[in-house]
Amino acid sequence: MTWLIKALDFIGRLSLFGIRVFTDVARPPFEGSQVLRQIVEVGTKSIPLVLPSGLALGAVMTLHTRSTLVTFGAAAMIPAVQALAFFVEIGPLVAGLLLAGRMGSGIGAVLANMRATEQIDGIESLSIDSFKFLVVPRVVACMIALPLLTLFMDFAGLLGGFLSEYLSSRISPELYITRAFNYIEWSNFIAPTLKTAVFGYIIGTVSAYFGYTTNRGAQGVGEAATNSVVVSSLLIILADVFLIKCIFFLFPENAI
Amino acid sequence: MTDHTGPAVAFKHVYKAFGEKHVLSNVSFSVEPGEALCLLGRSGTGKSVTLKLIVSLLKPDSGEVWIEHDNVGILKEEQLSRARRKLGYLFQDAALFDSLTLYENLALPLTRLTSKSADEIDAAVDRVLSEVGLVADKNKMPAELSGGMRKRAGLARALVLEPKILLADEPSSGLDRITASEIDELLLRQKKERGTALIVVTHDVHGARRIADRIAVLDKGDLVACGPVADVERSENEVARRLIWE
Repeated sequence: MTWLIKALDFIGRLSLFGIRVFTDVARPPFEGSQVLRQIVEVGTKSIPLVLPSGLALGAVMTLHTRSTLVTFGAAAMIPAVQALAFFVEIGPLVAGLLLAGRMGSGIGAVLANMRATEQIDGIESLSIDSFKFLVVPRVVACMIALPLLTLFMDFAGLLGGFLSEYLSSRISPELYITRAFNYIEWSNFIAPTLKTAVFGYIIGTVSAYFGYTTNRGAQGVGEAATNSVVVSSLLIILADVFLIKCIFFLFPENAI
Repeated sequence: MTDHTGPAVAFKHVYKAFGEKHVLSNVSFSVEPGEALCLLGRSGTGKSVTLKLIVSLLKPDSGEVWIEHDNVGILKEEQLSRARRKLGYLFQDAALFDSLTLYENLALPLTRLTSKSADEIDAAVDRVLSEVGLVADKNKMPAELSGGMRKRAGLARALVLEPKILLADEPSSGLDRITASEIDELLLRQKKERGTALIVVTHDVHGARRIADRIAVLDKGDLVACGPVADVERSENEVARRLIWE
């Protein structure tokens, strides 16, 4: 039973931590410059991870789907399958998981290091609300950066798919794009991209929780980084199931 | 300096424990405005915890901690924030924000907590940095500073809001005798020129003898001696005598 109590205790603490982000974000002072700083920090530094990953995934997906679709005489559908798969699911989910590693470990380690070196105490001693100053901007930055980075992932995936298909069939870019977007509705694109804001909230909140609340000194830095990635990734996958159900409920045509 | 009468800081029957480990037991003392109190004691006897209780980074299990007329243990967030503005805290390892330059470290509290203009903030930062001899280094990151420079930078940050009470946690630890003496000199200047109350946790008896109006000795969570240096030298408590003489 001890593990159950610990698990419930953790869920309760994490939930309260996450709720506090929402209550504090609406309370002045608004940390605009900190949010911008964090977007630059976590966002721009993640682009070199997202773009090549998207390109490679796009190419691999086309290589796999091509043989099947050609067998059924549906080679013309390759761009549409590629675009639909990337915009609806692969782009958002893989971007979420990749960035859980990149951003989650970074936020967890930085905050844990700040805790271990008394920098957070230093902020508090200066009458500055450390939660609002350190945690809230990071979570908000993740919520803004994730959808933007997902777009990079989507279009890199499409480009990777095109390059792969071009090498096989010499398809022109115009035809590829036309076929790719033939079957895409706005609801296929907007809702799945925006759901990554929830992934960003999960990454920001979970990793900030582990970093901000650690009290295990230098050892806590490594633990916070690891726990941030593991728990964020798990919660992203679980949340994805729920969010897809929500999208299907709001946009029933997507469920077909 | 202050319209407040009575102690700048007062501990009243404070108990603090971490789990089974009792850190402070029924500790009471007070520090008057403009007075310097040095806290001595063996490692792990609750000296740093005492400072953290004053700044309310920790809460007492029982008893009261007062900053002027505020019992900090029961203050709400906004009131606590106001009370903390009377304090400056020099951390043991300076605790500078490693993602900000030295200038940004000092400007941060001024930007957040005062209505000073950018020019006024520049002037205030330069004034404090010149007091600690670091004006030329203001654009450096904390990682580029030596141990002594970091200590002085931490002191500058603690002083930038012109606090009435300065808490210093082992200001001379890890420093050579000359640099430690320079830090002591800076602390003394604050006391003499600004009337700042000082509470200094230290293992450096030489420095404590220079700075302190009174010395308090903690041992196993108890305050075993508290008074002027001469009184502590004649204390009946053996730990207090050994600490002050050795």
